[in-house]
Amino acid sequence: MAEKTKDLLFGPIFDNNPIALQILGICSALAVTSNLSTTVTMCIALTLVVAFSNFFVSTIRNSIPSSIRIIVQMTIIASLVIVVDQFLKAYAYSISKQLSVFVGLIITNCIVMGRAEAFAMQNKPLPSFMDGIGNGLGYSVLLLVLGFIRELFGAGSLFGVQVLPSTADGGWYQTNGLLLLPPSAFFLIGFFIWAVRAWKPEQVEQDDFKMKPHTRVSDAF
Amino acid sequence: MAGKNESVARTLTVAFLVCLVCAVVVSTAAVTLRPVQQKNQTLDRRVNILQAADLYQPGMDVEKAFNTIERKFVDLETGEYVEKPDSYDQLKAAKDPDRSERLSGEEDIAGIKSQADVAEVFLARSDDGELHRIILPVRGYGLWSTLYGFMALEADAKTIAGLGFYQHGETPGLGGEVDNPKWKALWEGKKLYDEDGDIAIQVVKGTVDSGTPNAENKVDGLAGATLTSKGVSNLVRFWVGEKGFGPYLDRMRNKTGGEA
Repeated sequence: MAEKTKDLLFGPIFDNNPIALQILGICSALAVTSNLSTTVTMCIALTLVVAFSNFFVSTIRNSIPSSIRIIVQMTIIASLVIVVDQFLKAYAYSISKQLSVFVGLIITNCIVMGRAEAFAMQNKPLPSFMDGIGNGLGYSVLLLVLGFIRELFGAGSLFGVQVLPSTADGGWYQTNGLLLLPPSAFFLIGFFIWAVRAWKPEQVEQDDFKMKPHTRVSDAF
Repeated sequence: MAGKNESVARTLTVAFLVCLVCAVVVSTAAVTLRPVQQKNQTLDRRVNILQAADLYQPGMDVEKAFNTIERKFVDLETGEYVEKPDSYDQLKAAKDPDRSERLSGEEDIAGIKSQADVAEVFLARSDDGELHRIILPVRGYGLWSTLYGFMALEADAKTIAGLGFYQHGETPGLGGEVDNPKWKALWEGKKLYDEDGDIAIQVVKGTVDSGTPNAENKVDGLAGATLTSKGVSNLVRFWVGEKGFGPYLDRMRNKTGGEA
């Protein structure tokens, strides 16, 4: 049992990462990772929402009629997200201002819906909660890597503290503006997926089809 | 899935119960946290007013510093001061047809639809009681959202001393860079009017340097945020214009001219 809990918690980090393997939740990974403080807040918010939505969905899983199960899951997720958003507004006002709509958009984050439907509907509350934390961690690891690289090389700072003195402030580091723009996160996620799959080749998908060798041109004449 | 769950009555009951529980949780959170949130908002607004007036230092006692700032109300059409209760809310008034004016498409370059008849202004005085800064609340549409902020003018009522926004929903990292202190610093010392006295202040694409003609009227655009930059440009021009604080600023200029 202990082995299984460990699997639930740490499996999603590299073996079954929601972003790198399942390619879910890319939108917020692009949007909030331009600096680390928003990234960390978003990671905590998402982890809490996945964990508790899994827990509550799993608790009432035997009473949910299958015809309305998706909307019931959505209602639970949406309520949790609003509560998290209200807490951020009350106790982390400046960060919630920076995150703006993206906290609300956790509602539509595929990871949350995916885990509720795929795991919580079939499992007991406690394993579901662990699975939620695990997937939150998997999401967080990737976001933190992105946030770290983007803020360090894009702005020369970490958590807003200048680490590499930028040329704009009279230092030597020429900041890389591209890294602050959302497309850079696509490149970085690509590199991350490449690295994980080079390390764990079993994650590489089978080709959908095979290319035929070239036909001989001379036959046409 | 067990068959007992699938009847219509059962479905409705579950839906109702889930909604009820969720509604209670959400409204409890919203109601209990509202006082803290409102305090944050008021504090944030005051910090923004102080920042716009260049009176803010991190860690200062905002309440106390705010005491040196005088809140007044201006009739936008005449530019005269009027009396209003402390609870007057300009944004609410702007939505009330009796206390506001609908703007035609041509006038409404800031995209605010209707303008309240009476607006608030904040006057910051230096220690010897002389007018130091005129702080005007401004708002206007960017790319995704209305930007709410403050613009501070020098006592001459034609030089910008600062511009800052306390609420907007522009893309973080792109339009959201309106909050970047470096960009905000570019506004300091810019002139609202050209030599003929016409409104000339604008945000332009690219970089403004000392070689640019009329550089004193121009501010660099934000890279990757053309529409937000344009929105900011329009809202500044709107609020110093005829439908904004134009008449009031005219009056302030004539008055200071008289005093000097």
